[in-house]
Amino acid sequence: MSEHAVTLRVNGIAHRLQLPARRSLADALRDGCGLTGTHLGCEHGVCGACTVLLDGVPVRACLMLAVQAEGAEIRTVEGLAQGATLHPLQQAFIDHHALQCGFCTPGFLMLAVAMLEEDPDMPEAEMVHRLSSNLCRCTGYANILKAVQAAAAAMAR
Amino acid sequence: MKPAPFHWHAPTTLAEAAALLAEYAPQDGRVLAGGQSLLPAMALRIARPPHLVDINRVAGLDLLEVVDGVLRIGAVVRHAAFLREAAPGPLGALLAAVARHIAHWPIRQRGTFCGSLCHADPAAEWPLVAAVLDAVMVAHSLRGDRRIAAAAFQRGLLDTALEPDELLRAVELPLLAADARFGFEEVSRRAGDFAQAMALAVLRRGPDGRVTEARLGLGGVEPAPRRFPQAEAMLRGAIPDAALIDAAAHSVAQAAQPMEDEGYRRALTRTVVQRALLQACA
Ligand SMILES: Cc1cc2nc3c(=O)[nH]c(=O)nc-3n(C[C@H](O)[C@H](O)[C@H](O)COP(=O)(O)OP(=O)(O)OC[C@H]3O[C@@H](n4cnc5c(N)ncnc54)[C@H](O)[C@@H]3O)c2cc1C
Ligand code: FES
Ligand code: FES
Repeated sequence: MSEHAVTLRVNGIAHRLQLPARRSLADALRDGCGLTGTHLGCEHGVCGACTVLLDGVPVRACLMLAVQAEGAEIRTVEGLAQGATLHPLQQAFIDHHALQCGFCTPGFLMLAVAMLEEDPDMPEAEMVHRLSSNLCRCTGYANILKAVQAAAAAMAR
Repeated sequence: MKPAPFHWHAPTTLAEAAALLAEYAPQDGRVLAGGQSLLPAMALRIARPPHLVDINRVAGLDLLEVVDGVLRIGAVVRHAAFLREAAPGPLGALLAAVARHIAHWPIRQRGTFCGSLCHADPAAEWPLVAAVLDAVMVAHSLRGDRRIAAAAFQRGLLDTALEPDELLRAVELPLLAADARFGFEEVSRRAGDFAQAMALAVLRRGPDGRVTEARLGLGGVEPAPRRFPQAEAMLRGAIPDAALIDAAAHSVAQAAQPMEDEGYRRALTRTVVQRALLQACA
């Protein structure tokens, strides 16, 4: 079965990997690059725990082959904080209790980063529509929405 | 779970892709487009293709353009391309309204219009659009191009007229007249789920309010989406008031052959058709 040499650019750093074609981008990030912030829940596209940014847009990292991501700029949750300073979305998730167990959090953070980068003034109804992409079994979503709204306000300042 | 092992081929030209498919389709090799239906099926081991012909790097397949009154959608144009109006006039607005119902935002960044037609899920949105608007499918293989009418394309549940070695290189949708009005209504259990029933109506009306052109289709209920000529004929030439809209919706609900939950799906059919028609008349 086919093996491939692939270079993945993740959070600005190149990772040279040798992997079989069937390796998902999510598994390559976790096992190949050692970036275990990207989580895997369902492994078939339903939960969104594996959401990462591919050239600025959110994708399910479990529904892409790692070999397909060659040449793309990948961003994961590890790239959000600047040193000891959390990204405004990370801070807002803490401040607004937008997580309990935290399993879904990396996926929601990357989803929300993409939302606010596309439209910093996104209306609430559109935020709800976009956030419905991912599943959270703990929070009930209301606090996630509050956190994203608070981060949007903080980032506008 | 993880997919079973396979060989990955990444052609960069259409000719190369056709040659690879000719070689590997007889061994159950498959096209990989957006991967948003195929990769889940492989992860669940429902599908175990030993070869994937990945068309994402094939030059020219990402074209989305209007030529001679027709919107031509290349094989790797993603669902997300339609969230912003991709065509002039009512067609662009129709596609944008429908695209919001397809899966979730991240899945729309990878999944393709053509892949959805090839997958042929009875509850998928694009096949309904293709059926109602009389799309033309352009299939490609080493034998050349073959044009297939939408009505002949989806044969049933997950079944199309494509030969195993054929690639759907593009779909052509005729632009809608500037005075065309559409209505789309879908019922699904949760945001992003496949439809339990959905209806698409496209109407044109004369200065006296009479319907001059009617297109009405149903998806998610039968094994494949289709138009309902009898209900369309009821609308044509008439002024669509509440009673006529209800009668047309009733006629579709009676004619439909639901795959399951017969009573419920017929009731749902009547509701979605009625709402789609009301939107198109508003
Ligand atoms: C959680 C989730 C929810 C979803 N919800 C919806 C929904 O509500 N509505 C909806 O419509 N879809 C939904 N989808 C499916 C999604 O829209 C897929 O993108 C689409 O069905 C298939 O397109 P693809 O490009 O991803 O195709 P792939 O997954 O790459 O391929 C699907 C099949 O089509 C074949 N194929 C693909 N392209 C071609 C081509 N050009 N020529 C020949 N054969 C080809 C492949 O070989 C394969 O058999 C959902 C998916 C997920 C994971
Ligand atoms: S792990 Fe990717 S969507 Fe669930
Ligand atoms: S915080 Fe537990 S799943 Fe979201």
